[in-house]
Amino acid sequence: MESKGHVDKATVCTSFKNERAIGTLVRFRGKEHGKMGNRVGIVGAGQTHHRSKIPQCNGQELIGIAVRRALESADLTMKDIDAVVIGNMDHFESINYVDMWSVLGFGGYMKPVLKVTTGGTTGSAVGHAAFYHVASGLFDVVLAIGWEQNSESDTTAAIVTHCEPLIERDFYGGAIGGLAAQYSMYMDKYGATEEDAAHVSVRDRGNAARYNPYAHLRAEITVEDVMKSPYISYPLRLLHMCPRSDGACAVLFAREEKATKITPKPAWILGLGSSHRSTYLGDEMGLAGLHSLEIASKQAYEMAGIREPFKQIDVAEMYLPAASAGVSWMEAMGFCEEGGGPAFIRSGVTNMGGDLPINPSGGVIATNCIGATGLIRIGEAALQIMGKAEERQVPDAKIAVATGFGGCFWSDVMIISSLRQLD
Amino acid sequence: MEGVAIIGVGQTRYLRVNPNSHDEMAFEVTNKALEDAGLTIEDIDNSVTCTNDFWDGRTISCMTVTDATGSSRVPTTNVEGDGTYGVLMGLMRILSGHHNTTLVVAQSKGSISIPGLITNAIFDPLCERMLGLDAVSSAALQARSYMAKYGITEEQCAKVSVKNHKNAKNNPYAQLPLDITVEEVLRSRMLADPIKLLDASPVSDGACAVILARESVAKTKCEKPVWIRGVGHCSDTYHLGDRDLSDVGALASAAKRAYRMAGIKNPREEIHLAEIYDAFSYMELMWMEGLGFCERGGGGSLVDSGFSEMGGPLPVNPSGGVLSAHPVLVAGLARIAEAVLQLRGEAGDRQVEGAKVALAHGIEGACGQGHCVYVLQK
Repeated sequence: MESKGHVDKATVCTSFKNERAIGTLVRFRGKEHGKMGNRVGIVGAGQTHHRSKIPQCNGQELIGIAVRRALESADLTMKDIDAVVIGNMDHFESINYVDMWSVLGFGGYMKPVLKVTTGGTTGSAVGHAAFYHVASGLFDVVLAIGWEQNSESDTTAAIVTHCEPLIERDFYGGAIGGLAAQYSMYMDKYGATEEDAAHVSVRDRGNAARYNPYAHLRAEITVEDVMKSPYISYPLRLLHMCPRSDGACAVLFAREEKATKITPKPAWILGLGSSHRSTYLGDEMGLAGLHSLEIASKQAYEMAGIREPFKQIDVAEMYLPAASAGVSWMEAMGFCEEGGGPAFIRSGVTNMGGDLPINPSGGVIATNCIGATGLIRIGEAALQIMGKAEERQVPDAKIAVATGFGGCFWSDVMIISSLRQLD
Repeated sequence: MEGVAIIGVGQTRYLRVNPNSHDEMAFEVTNKALEDAGLTIEDIDNSVTCTNDFWDGRTISCMTVTDATGSSRVPTTNVEGDGTYGVLMGLMRILSGHHNTTLVVAQSKGSISIPGLITNAIFDPLCERMLGLDAVSSAALQARSYMAKYGITEEQCAKVSVKNHKNAKNNPYAQLPLDITVEEVLRSRMLADPIKLLDASPVSDGACAVILARESVAKTKCEKPVWIRGVGHCSDTYHLGDRDLSDVGALASAAKRAYRMAGIKNPREEIHLAEIYDAFSYMELMWMEGLGFCERGGGGSLVDSGFSEMGGPLPVNPSGGVLSAHPVLVAGLARIAEAVLQLRGEAGDRQVEGAKVALAHGIEGACGQGHCVYVLQK
């Protein structure tokens, strides 16, 4: 059986709109990496100004703001959109069939719409699904939307119901418990400390405060502030954790020929990886790092042709739900040696101006509108590549990585670049 | 469109109560589909699950079936919607060139849900929910609107129910094989005027799995691949009051995309059987119009003429349709599985002779706000 490898566009059929081309029949030729059915570029992104509560908007209106901003950024209208992918987590707002309800928010009357939901990875899964819409040849320009209005919800109560009802639900401590246990193991194994994680809080919250007008929490904090904040679940303190936010994000994906017409510098998607490997929380608890992230990044690096991630990647937007993850997941990405997280973070290489800035946007511990969070990482990474990240721009960023985390310690990874392919 | 085939299908028997859990049912159909395709789980290189947090009573409900579907070992995603949308996601992953063989699984347990509350949550929380709208009452509004506009009668709707429950007698997977008369349908308990008990689909438990493969795999691994020749999906607007409920524009648009892709110009002549999402009896009449089997408003006379019966020119729902088993999310995937069995000539007593082209259809939201249409070919 042939596997992932070199493909070429053999046949083109007819388009829905202009009777030209809908499908690309992809035939496999070999085992080279980095070639796709249709090359896909990101051509625009938009987001709300995220807040703990945006009382003047309902969910449809939040979506409307993000979509309008994304369309304006690419100088497109809804008429140019061939299909829509949307995602959120149902139990936060208690709207069933959001794909149908949200049609009012994004102007999707008579459009093809599909919903993807995978928990915390929803946003990244929506981005991946939009990629497949375009790469398949079925659609030319696709709108991806992630959103959440956490002010409508009792977030932890809703999250707790993701646990297996008989075995795990009674004692599960929300999203924090598993992350706390994981970092405890990492601390035990490698001698990492709460202060190491505090450095990640200071970095991300500082970036949000200084550079990102869309971020939710925009106040500078110090290591002392973090260490004085109360424990939520040992060893994680309040300022180690992400907030819950209201907000939406929209990202536009386009087929190569369209993308280059829409914008002079599309952000090309070179690699994808995804690992949803666990069903029970205990499945991941034997490990101090994040095994799914290791698997997903390997897949994405292989597809993109990245051999030395730390050297080659210019900027990372990572779904770090707690500052501790910013220490203990670095080796899963191949950024440092096993157990090298604390030294890596303290060296400052991941700060703005360092060799590999992580989360110029301020990341998830500054903003967490859950169903949007993974898609914001993709949108922010694309803005960096397109040179449109304004004050948070990493100069001359050519290769970016965006990750998603959620579900039951699951990971999604996307590699985005100004280059159509790597050597 | 060329290049992607369905090479394996598996279904549970659909029951009012299946004692197995979601993951046990998913495991059962995953293995049945693998066996049907002559594959092992090692041959599956990616998967798509279909779940809904409301119906499943669990946040991140796809976690329930990661192990049972083998999704923990491969790149996977979860479509929150009808199984037809899940197959679309799987199809796109193969067409992208990055995957070869996709497993699509859906499972549902209506027996542990409260359908009235769950479908009430489809509606706007501020203006519409307290009116008591749910799947049945909103469908009643649509049925009345459709009947009033085109003079469709309750008898014509009842005929659909009689036909489909009778067809279900030939389907070993169906939940409600019934010998009933139009009289009995008309006299059955009123749920929401004009929808009576026997006009409505049942509450069901069940699961279905489908395996998709690219051409090169399908041709080497499968003796009877069934090709996906066309697909289209489309959504109408949201508020019932903003829609012309008697109209089927979104379905017509989805069908047009699918037909254009498949090169079908005259669906009535070129399609040999259709498996469509008849959650209520009137829906089958409306959907036949949207699919272009007749003019708008012609669904009633079409069923009167025997057009859609077994032995008729275009049998609709030889399996008994959704009226005979309605596991939500699974039901559209089951339509595809049934169409595949027909095209392989393996549909047993419900076989439509000489079937070469089949249509399968799923819906999403209230009153068919969203539609997904497939053209499948032998």
